[in-house]
Amino acid sequence: MKSIITEPMIPKPFRIHRKLKESHDTYTIELASTNGADGFPFSAGQFNMLYVFGVGEAPISISSDPSMPKMLKHTARSVGAVTKALLKLKSGDVLGVRGPFGSRWPVEEAVGNDVVIVAGGIGLAPMRPVLYSFISHRDKYGKIILLYGARTPEDLLYKRELEQWRGRFDLEVKVIVDSATGNWRGNVGVVTTLIPRIQFDPLHTLAMICGPEVMMRYTLKELQSRGIKNENIFISMERNMKCGICLCGHCQFGPKFVCKDGPVFCYDQIKELFGKREI
Amino acid sequence: MNIAILENDHLQTLIDVLRKRGYQVIGPTLGEGAIVYDDLNSTANLPIGWTDEQDGGIYRLKKRNDKALFGYNVGPHSWKKYLLPSELRLWKIKRNGGSFQIVTENEAARKFAFVGVRSCDIHAILIQDKVFMNGQYIDQHYTSQRKDTFIVAVNCGKAGGTCFCVSMNTGPKATFGFDLAMTEIIEGKNHYFLVETGTELGAEIFREIPHKEASEKEKCAADDVLKKTAEQMGRSMDTANIKNLFYRNYEHPRWNNVAERCLTCANCTMVCPTCFCTTVEDVTDLTGEHAERWRKLDSCFTMDFSYIHGGSIRASTKSRYRHWITHKLAAWIDQFGTSGCVGCGRCITWCPVAIDITEEVHAIRESETVIGKQKTVVKEDVHANT
Amino acid sequence: MQTLEPYLAEHPFLKGLDPRHLNIIVGCASNVSFDAEQYILHEGEEAASFYIIHKGKVALEIFTSDRGPITIQTIGEGDVLGWSWLIPPYHWHYDARAIEPTSAIALDAKCLRAKCEEDHDLGYELLKRFAHVITQRLEATRLQLLDVYGVH
Repeated sequence: MKSIITEPMIPKPFRIHRKLKESHDTYTIELASTNGADGFPFSAGQFNMLYVFGVGEAPISISSDPSMPKMLKHTARSVGAVTKALLKLKSGDVLGVRGPFGSRWPVEEAVGNDVVIVAGGIGLAPMRPVLYSFISHRDKYGKIILLYGARTPEDLLYKRELEQWRGRFDLEVKVIVDSATGNWRGNVGVVTTLIPRIQFDPLHTLAMICGPEVMMRYTLKELQSRGIKNENIFISMERNMKCGICLCGHCQFGPKFVCKDGPVFCYDQIKELFGKREI
Repeated sequence: MNIAILENDHLQTLIDVLRKRGYQVIGPTLGEGAIVYDDLNSTANLPIGWTDEQDGGIYRLKKRNDKALFGYNVGPHSWKKYLLPSELRLWKIKRNGGSFQIVTENEAARKFAFVGVRSCDIHAILIQDKVFMNGQYIDQHYTSQRKDTFIVAVNCGKAGGTCFCVSMNTGPKATFGFDLAMTEIIEGKNHYFLVETGTELGAEIFREIPHKEASEKEKCAADDVLKKTAEQMGRSMDTANIKNLFYRNYEHPRWNNVAERCLTCANCTMVCPTCFCTTVEDVTDLTGEHAERWRKLDSCFTMDFSYIHGGSIRASTKSRYRHWITHKLAAWIDQFGTSGCVGCGRCITWCPVAIDITEEVHAIRESETVIGKQKTVVKEDVHANT
Repeated sequence: MQTLEPYLAEHPFLKGLDPRHLNIIVGCASNVSFDAEQYILHEGEEAASFYIIHKGKVALEIFTSDRGPITIQTIGEGDVLGWSWLIPPYHWHYDARAIEPTSAIALDAKCLRAKCEEDHDLGYELLKRFAHVITQRLEATRLQLLDVYGVH
C-alpha cells in the first residue's frame, strides 16, 4: 500500500499527563496530544519513536489499551542517552511522537484458541495492550495464560494490574523472578521453568513471546517441545532504528525490516534466521 | 525515440540550453586525482582526452591518444552525491512556551541536469527510486529532487577494468530512464555523438540544439562501439539463483576468509551508487532553545550501525561484510524486487585491499559444486516448506 | 504403601519403570507434609530422603552471613527435591524451605541406595532420571546467571 504521509520524520508534540514509576529504572508515561481532542489509534504490538528535545529519538513500545486511544502510554527503561533523558522529563513536559509503526500481535487470529503469553522483563510492556484486548473480549478466547519473568521482585512491572489479573478466575498468571530479595514468597527461577507447569491444547494455542532474545530462544524451545507449531508462535524482535519508516536501513534482520515487517513476527517466517548469530 | 547526430562542437550548446532553463549542470571533471562529478559550465571542464585504468584497489588516470570527452568509466562519485546528499537538515525546532515548534526546511529543490550518466548509474538511480519513492513512506526530499532531474546518459565507449554491467543486465547501453542518451564516436577526423531522445522533455530541449538526422552507417557505428564495450568487461558474475545461494550460505567458511582481509573501512558503501543507509543526528545549540535534526549517510560497516542496548548485533568484521554483500545481492531482491548491484565495479576499485564482490560470489558457488560432488546435491531452495 | 503406588506409577519422574523396580521404590516411600515456612532440609545435614513434591512450593536457599537466606530457585508440584543422597558423602548442600503448605512423597535414601547396589538395573534407571533432572536445573540456572533482564 503506497501512501504519501506528509513529513513522517517530523514528531508531533505530546504532553506528559502522568508519569508512573514502575521500578528504579523503568517508568510509564501517559501522553496527551497538545492540540487537545485527538486520540492516537494504534494496534497492540506497535511502537512509536519518542523524541526528547535536542537529545534524540528512541523506539518505545506502546503499552496502553488500544480501545482507549486518548490515554497513550509508553513504558520505557533507562538504558541509553535518549531513554535517560526521557525518564527525567516530568508531568507537563512535552516530547515528540512519531508513529505508530510496525506490525501487530495476532489478536484477531487468536480468537477461538488458547493463548499463552510469555513475557520477560520490559517485554511485558508491549504485551499489556494485548492483554487488555483479550480481557475486553474474554468470551472469544479459550484459556489465557500469562507467564512473566523479571529480574527481581522490585523490577516487576504493573504490579497492581498483575495482582488484578491474577485475581481473575478466567486468567492464569504466573510470575517468576531470577533472584529473590527480601520477603519474596513467589517463584524463583527462569520463566522457561513455568512452561511445564501450565496446561493448554497445543494444537489450538497461539503463543506470544516478548523479552530479551536469549530468553525468547529458550522459551521457543520449551513451547515447541509442548507441541505448539511454528506458525502459531509469535515473537517481538528489536533492532537499531533511526527512522522507523523503512528508509534508513538500520533495522534489517536478513531481508526483513523490523520497523515494517516487525517488530512482531510469526516465528515460522523467520525461523531460518532466528537461530543464526550476528544477523 | 528519435535518433540524431550531434557534432562535438555543439555539445556546449546542450549545456548552455540547460543552464538557460535553470538547471545546475553536473558532469564528470578532473579533480582530486580522479574523474569526479562537479559543476559543468563548459565542455572544457570535461576530462577531454583522459581515461581511467581500474582494477581491484587500483585507480589511475591516463592520457588517451584522442580527444574523447567521455572516454573513461565511473569514478568514486555516483549521482547519489546530489540525490542523497551526505548531510541533510530535515528540520529545525525551537522551544515554544512549554511545547516546541517545528520549522520545516522549505529550500526550493535545485534543478539538476546530470550529463554523462552511465547505464549502470541510471539503473542505480532507478533502484534508489524504488527505495525512496515506492515504499509505504516516501522520502519527500529525494522525490522533489528527483522530479526535476534531467538525465543525459552517455553510453560507454570502453569497459572498465572492474565493470560487469553485462552480467547484471544494466548495460553497457542505456535503454530507458534518460531524457537524452549519447554515444560518442570518433572516426579519424569525425567526432560526433549519436543521440537518442528518451522523453518529451528531452526532445524539447534537443530541438534547441543544432543536429542532423542519423544515417544507417552512423547508427551502425554506435552499435559497434557498444558491442565492443560489452565484450571488454573486466569482471563477470553468475547471478543464477543468487538469492538462495546467499540465503543458504550464512555459515559458509568463505566469510572467515573475507573477514581476514576486510578493514571495515566502509569505502565500498561510500562509492556504491545504491547504498542508501542513513543515520539521524539530533543537535542542539548552547542555549538549549533551538535544535535541529540532520540526516547523514551511514554505513553498515561501522561498529555501532547495529547497536542496541548491551552491544552491537553485528560486532565481528565477518558479520558486517556478510550483511553488506547478502543485502546487496540477495535480500534486496526480496525487499525491492531487483538486485541492489548494478555491476559498476566501484566497490572493487576502491577497496584498499581489493576485495572483489564477483570473486566472493564465485568462491561460494565453486565450493558448492565441490560439495555437490562429494555429498548429495545441495537443495535449490532449502527455505521452502521446511 | 498401597495408596502411593498408583500416584508414583503415573508420575513423570518414574514413568516407564519396570513394575518390579516401581515396587521396590514404593517400598521405600512414605507420605510427608510441611507447614508454610517449615524447613524440609538443611545444608550439611545427612541426606536421609529425597522428595517428590505432590503439592505446594519449596524454596532452595543458600544462607549468607550478610544478606541472610537467599532463594536461588523455587520448585513445585511434580518436581524432585534433592539429589545429594546419590553422591557421597550424602549431605545436603542447600537449605530447602516450604513456602506454602506442602505435601510430598519422601523416599528413604539409605534404603534405596542399598537396593540400587543390589540391583544395578534399578540404579541405572534412577540415575538416568536424575541426570535429566539435574541437566534441566543446570540449564535453568545458567539462564538465570546470564541475568538477561539486567542492563549490560
